[in-house]
Amino acid sequence: MITETGHFALILALFVALVQSSVPMLGAARRNPGWMDVGRSAALTQFLLIAVAMGALMHAYIVSDFSVINVIENSHSAKPLLYKISGVWGNHEGSMLLWVFMLGLCGAAVAAFGANLPPALRARVLAVQGMIGVGFLLFILFTSNPFLRALPPPPDGHGLNPVLQDPGLAFHPPFLYLGYVGFSVAFSFAVAALIEGRVDAAWARWVRPWSLASWCTLTIGIAMGSWWAYYTLGWGGWWFWDPVENASLMPWIVGTALIHSSIVVEKRDTLKSWTVLLAIITFSLSLVGTFLVRSGVLTSVHAFATDPARGAFILVLLVLAIGGSLTLYAVRAPVLKGGGLFAPISREGALVLNNLLLACGAATVFIGTLYPLFLDAVGGPKISVGFPFFNQTFVPLMVPLLLAVGPGSLLAWKRGDLLGALQRLWAAFGLAILVVLGGFYVTHGGPVLAVLGLGLAAWTFGGAATELAERLRLFRIPAADSLRRAFHLPRAAWGMTFAHMGLAITVAGIAASAFDSETIEVVKPGGEIQLAGYTLHLDGVERGDGPNYMYDDASITISRNGSTVAVVHPQRRFFPLQQQTTAVTAIRTNLLADLYVAIGDPNPAGGWTIRAYYKPLVPWIWLGAVIMAFGGLVSLSDRRWRVGIAARARAAMPQPAPGA
Amino acid sequence: MRKLLYLLPLAAFVGLAGYFAVALLSDRDPHELPSALIDKPAPAFDLPSLLGGANVTSAGLQGQVVVVNFFASWCVPCRLEHPVLMRLANQEKVAMIGIAYKDKPEAAKKQLDDSGNPYRSVGLDLSGRTGIDFGVYGVPETYVIDKTGRIRRKFVGPLSPEAVERELLPLLHRLSQP
Repeated sequence: MITETGHFALILALFVALVQSSVPMLGAARRNPGWMDVGRSAALTQFLLIAVAMGALMHAYIVSDFSVINVIENSHSAKPLLYKISGVWGNHEGSMLLWVFMLGLCGAAVAAFGANLPPALRARVLAVQGMIGVGFLLFILFTSNPFLRALPPPPDGHGLNPVLQDPGLAFHPPFLYLGYVGFSVAFSFAVAALIEGRVDAAWARWVRPWSLASWCTLTIGIAMGSWWAYYTLGWGGWWFWDPVENASLMPWIVGTALIHSSIVVEKRDTLKSWTVLLAIITFSLSLVGTFLVRSGVLTSVHAFATDPARGAFILVLLVLAIGGSLTLYAVRAPVLKGGGLFAPISREGALVLNNLLLACGAATVFIGTLYPLFLDAVGGPKISVGFPFFNQTFVPLMVPLLLAVGPGSLLAWKRGDLLGALQRLWAAFGLAILVVLGGFYVTHGGPVLAVLGLGLAAWTFGGAATELAERLRLFRIPAADSLRRAFHLPRAAWGMTFAHMGLAITVAGIAASAFDSETIEVVKPGGEIQLAGYTLHLDGVERGDGPNYMYDDASITISRNGSTVAVVHPQRRFFPLQQQTTAVTAIRTNLLADLYVAIGDPNPAGGWTIRAYYKPLVPWIWLGAVIMAFGGLVSLSDRRWRVGIAARARAAMPQPAPGA
Repeated sequence: MRKLLYLLPLAAFVGLAGYFAVALLSDRDPHELPSALIDKPAPAFDLPSLLGGANVTSAGLQGQVVVVNFFASWCVPCRLEHPVLMRLANQEKVAMIGIAYKDKPEAAKKQLDDSGNPYRSVGLDLSGRTGIDFGVYGVPETYVIDKTGRIRRKFVGPLSPEAVERELLPLLHRLSQP
């Protein structure tokens, strides 16, 4: 009964979405306030209905209702409660429901917090959100319905893929989807602005918080996914250039470009049509990512059960959404008038460079991901693209970007002084040189490029610190005055500082991964392994039973110079239902380096395969990502996004200075 | 002229959508790509051996049922597949030939040293030429070759335990019958 309620709520949500996509749009065209207001109530209702559907499916999982096909295929009565809940989105149908749930959440947020938007713009934005909702609700109901029943119900389910039975599944997809789908708001704003034919500073002020919020959640979502892969897959890697990872990276890169270029629109009233295009492309890449993952046109570790009918359906959705918005762009964007002019060496110029490099980076990832597909379609030789391609193309594009972060943020608007900016960066330059020299000294004969990468990270970090010091006028005015300035600094400025510092920290973590040391040995209980100055002593391996698996739990004492550092317990779990083995790694971190231990198969001659890695700075990869996202949040709390300010700014806009 | 510039994103997308449509309509599912070579003699190859010793050649496989697996150390799905291959080699005693596809010899060697070697012998396909001859779409791919040297089945992507139980093992059993 509850399942049918959920199913019915989802159908009802479709009809509400149909109303939401049409009535407010017509209302905005006819200047009818009543019709325009339908958008808000429809968006809230649609969200409530999808929430009911989500709740119903979750209920079916929690009570293990094996009359629902989706539950049979992906759940099992012996599964722990956490994985019954997170298992809801550990499959194609459920994850699509989570997708529209997030979409509904975004629409409802615009309706709830968009009180300061002009009614016509709000109505159009909500209508576009409604259209996306219609497309995906149709997709779920016709090709991927999670509420279908099976008769007669089987006694138990097939269980969830053991790799997914991890707390990571509970948090990674919701964040990732909120990030993906959050960019739909920027997309809707872009489409609405194209319909209105007006993009101005106020528009940028409304779009920016939404893109920032999505960017933050996407950053967290990607970082979590990477960390999850790192600790569950058991071979210490954290990024694989897998098509599905690339599908999340591309909207992130273009989204990063978007949050930078919208600053230019807001402050300088220029780069309008480019920013609108970025907003469209960011969400389009989210959609393309969804298509690639679900249609099965590319092979991937993450592949969901695929079905050509679904692929065709999403392709039609893609063509309507992306093709439609780009057609609108081709027709209306030429109308958008550019605003302020600027010299190439200026803050605007630096942001254009940032956008250019990020766009090229995204294009590289895009081509690398789809290259096998392109070649295949034209009957060319079959190839596969892996690590080597991305390391040789994407990485070199990011080097000039990182070089430019510091100087770029020190340039003035309109016309900047590059030489002056570089002179102010002497401390950052010194820091970078110190790090490079120190790096060469410590890792004598080690990888040269990685040391240079660390220097690049130091340069970026130093640049962000210099920019902050300049704003606070540190060491040039009394410390108390600097402190006072720090309190009065706009939150957006602090946000930028944090985000750039986080970027530097992540880059350092990535560069340092070249210094990993690893060892793999067959060890008998009582035996020892040496790694990077640590001694790993295998005390013993115990066998036991988990809720739905059997495990071998190794007890390993880590010591250094004779004193015990820690006792860790890597496990190897066997899931009888799926006949599958997973590794539970033990990671000991001090935030400067990780000691990563996994146990493998027992050796027929006695003993166990133990795999251990010493990974300097690797936690910084995720630490930096968290700091970046925190920077985004700080920027989001800037007072200029709050109610009323944007509206006043817009009211003040159409009065240009005489003669301007 | 300037207006044409604004048409560029749309044109690019139309081209992309065309590719997607072709990909979707032609090979509906890359996991079940039919190979043009099914029931045809396997392409001849003569590759340097990764583990040292004589070259790995197609001629050396005659008269036995073998599984040829294309892999690479840089390929993530291969690592997922690896435990399945180890089980095939150790428990089912399947004769498997590995072909390291466009891989650095030392990287492939290290990979096998680290996580175990399920292969009887490993050939190095540095140029990817043998992969092209076999019609490799992407690593990993697995081919079953019968006693007469004909390709009988192709698996694209990582071998799953189910595919092994339901398809690979019954097929190998059938082919091994005299």
